Amino acid sequence: MSTRQVSTRQLGRRATVKRTAGRTGQYVALLCYLAFLSFPFLWLLSTALKPPRELGSIHPAWIPEAPTLENFRQAFAQQPLLEAVGNSLLAAAVSAVTAIVLATPMAYVLARFRNRFSRVATAWVVISQAFPLVLVIIPLFLILKSLQLIDSRIGLIMVYVVWSLPFALWMLTGYVRAIPHELEEAAAVDGAGRTRTLVSVTTPLLAPGIVATALFSFITAWNEFFFALVLLKSPEKQTLPVVLTHFLGAEGVADLGPLAAAALLATLPSLLLFAVIQRRIAGGMLAGAVKS
Amino acid sequence: MRSEPTLPQRTRARFHRRSLLAAAAALPAAALLPGCSDDNRRKAGGRITLRFQSLAWQQDSVKANRQLVAEWNRHHPDVQVRYVQSAWPTVHDQLLTSFEGGEAPDIIHDASDDLADFAYGGDLADLTALLPPRLKRDIPQQSWETGMFGGRVYGIPFLQEPRVLIANRRKLRRSGVRIPTPERPWTWEEFAEAAQRLTRGGTYGVAWPLKEPVSATLNLALSTGGRVFHRHPGGKVEVRFDAVDQVVPRTIHDQLNIDRTASRTTLGMGGSDTLPGFFAGRYAMVPLGFSYRQQIAQQAPEDFDWTVLPAPKGTVLEQGVSPQTLSVAEDCPHKEEAMAFIDFLLRPPNMVRLALGDWMLPTGQEALKDPALRVARHDWTTGTALAGSLRSAPAQSVRGYPEWKDKIATPGLQEYYSGAIGLDALRKRLVDDGNLVLARYQR
Repeated sequence: MSTRQVSTRQLGRRATVKRTAGRTGQYVALLCYLAFLSFPFLWLLSTALKPPRELGSIHPAWIPEAPTLENFRQAFAQQPLLEAVGNSLLAAAVSAVTAIVLATPMAYVLARFRNRFSRVATAWVVISQAFPLVLVIIPLFLILKSLQLIDSRIGLIMVYVVWSLPFALWMLTGYVRAIPHELEEAAAVDGAGRTRTLVSVTTPLLAPGIVATALFSFITAWNEFFFALVLLKSPEKQTLPVVLTHFLGAEGVADLGPLAAAALLATLPSLLLFAVIQRRIAGGMLAGAVKS
Repeated sequence: MRSEPTLPQRTRARFHRRSLLAAAAALPAAALLPGCSDDNRRKAGGRITLRFQSLAWQQDSVKANRQLVAEWNRHHPDVQVRYVQSAWPTVHDQLLTSFEGGEAPDIIHDASDDLADFAYGGDLADLTALLPPRLKRDIPQQSWETGMFGGRVYGIPFLQEPRVLIANRRKLRRSGVRIPTPERPWTWEEFAEAAQRLTRGGTYGVAWPLKEPVSATLNLALSTGGRVFHRHPGGKVEVRFDAVDQVVPRTIHDQLNIDRTASRTTLGMGGSDTLPGFFAGRYAMVPLGFSYRQQIAQQAPEDFDWTVLPAPKGTVLEQGVSPQTLSVAEDCPHKEEAMAFIDFLLRPPNMVRLALGDWMLPTGQEALKDPALRVARHDWTTGTALAGSLRSAPAQSVRGYPEWKDKIATPGLQEYYSGAIGLDALRKRLVDDGNLVLARYQR
């Protein structure tokens, strides 16, 4: 009897130890993953704050000995960074909104009306993601040239919409499918028409997916370099990724400090966006996942 | 004089040497919308506006360029120049798409080794008849040759830099080696000996940044009479790798693999990557372009004592260079005005401002005499003393050179320098495989 009691206690202790070790392992793994993810950003931050002499050190330190904002001052003095940020913001925001406006109803149709056409359309959307840039830019260049939209912000935004639309559609189709069909049926039973059902039932449930997809489209356009380089000629229209190359010299020589400062600036909008809406995305995605 | 290439030749050569991305981007416009330069776009109220695409990237250089454009615009209300910033890593693809799409800038800043296909392809204006006599006289013939294709001037060379040895002065003095001067440079043998004496403890005598080994090898090989590319009277070019061509690569190879006086870790590095090790005393000398002094002056620890030495001499003190150039687009409807702006930009005092901004040497003789470029500080004097020994890089006007460089010479030299293949195998690749590549461009 007593032997059994001891062994039960021991078993309980072992289970607790196991649980604690498991949880510790999870936290360590999570910390390692976070460190891995944040390494480029922290390195960029550290480099942007270093004076030139620290940049040339063979033993680079994480924390600058004499932190300075001089690289930022130089970066802004050398290149029209604010203008470029404005151009990138405009192109990314407008293309993200346009892509969402176009993709949402399409995604609904593809997800809810499943027939041969929707299956072929979905497959085409997935396949189109494998197309290399060179195949896309040829027809786009032709169309934009004939529309006199080369060196035009509108032309660039059109390209970004076309470029991000398939993936946005694919993402949103998944989100629509995840919404139980029964909810819409219940709304119909309660007397709501299709439009009312879409507006009052489906769209609120789809909101986190829309936000996530918009974020994806925004970041795709924000980071895009090749289309902007080829299609925009005027300096006042250039986007941030193109302007960043102006800190590079021949044979890979770089003005490292100002480049890091400008690159840091380029990463901030995406980070801020994520910081502001990540809770909403995660919360929205998990809402209703478990029956209480 | 070489005969003008035919259109199919031009097209074939162009698309062989271009990156696929840029060619694909340019293709539709080339096929459907040739030469749609819009004159109206350039005029507003009778005023001409010229676009000047500049590659200036260092703070002082950008400032000098912008100031000069502003000065021009102040004095020429009828011919305004618009400064357009571009970048070295993307300029080739950008120009290619611009030319084919009829959107080319009027005045183009580039490097002479990037001009051949644009010049032969009819994208750049022949400036021979437009050159002002002053400018023609001011720039020496050997510099003009860097911007000439088929006997015509397509690019005006204005800034250039020799490859020099940047050395740790303290280590140099401590080793007791003779300090070379532009008047009495080291021979390649002396250089190898000096590297041996400088190799001690944890210090290597030299660090060769050989991420891109071809231009360094070919341009320095000029000092031993090596040309690698030999042009026949008919205009055909043949690759050879004779004894005179082999001196420089063999010296580098031996330093890396036999004497062990050169660090093998820098083989895959670019010039900037070697600087932290140089500052930390790991290498006593680093062969770099003259303009790297700017980075060294900025980044070196305050007590770091460095100096600029001339590159070693073979039979002659010569080396190949590909200067920065200014060109005018063939589509530009106001070529004379564009040339007038270039003439203004390259007036001796202005050329000095551009040279100081880029830490390079001006090609103009008058500018080169300027006291600002003849100071001991940062060894400007060493550079100006070497200016007369700079020649057109032997390969730069050779059609098919970029493909030869990328597919044959770069991997070949990298393997040779790493010790994976011997000199015979390298010669076989450069010559046998290389001539097959060039033959496609010379049919």
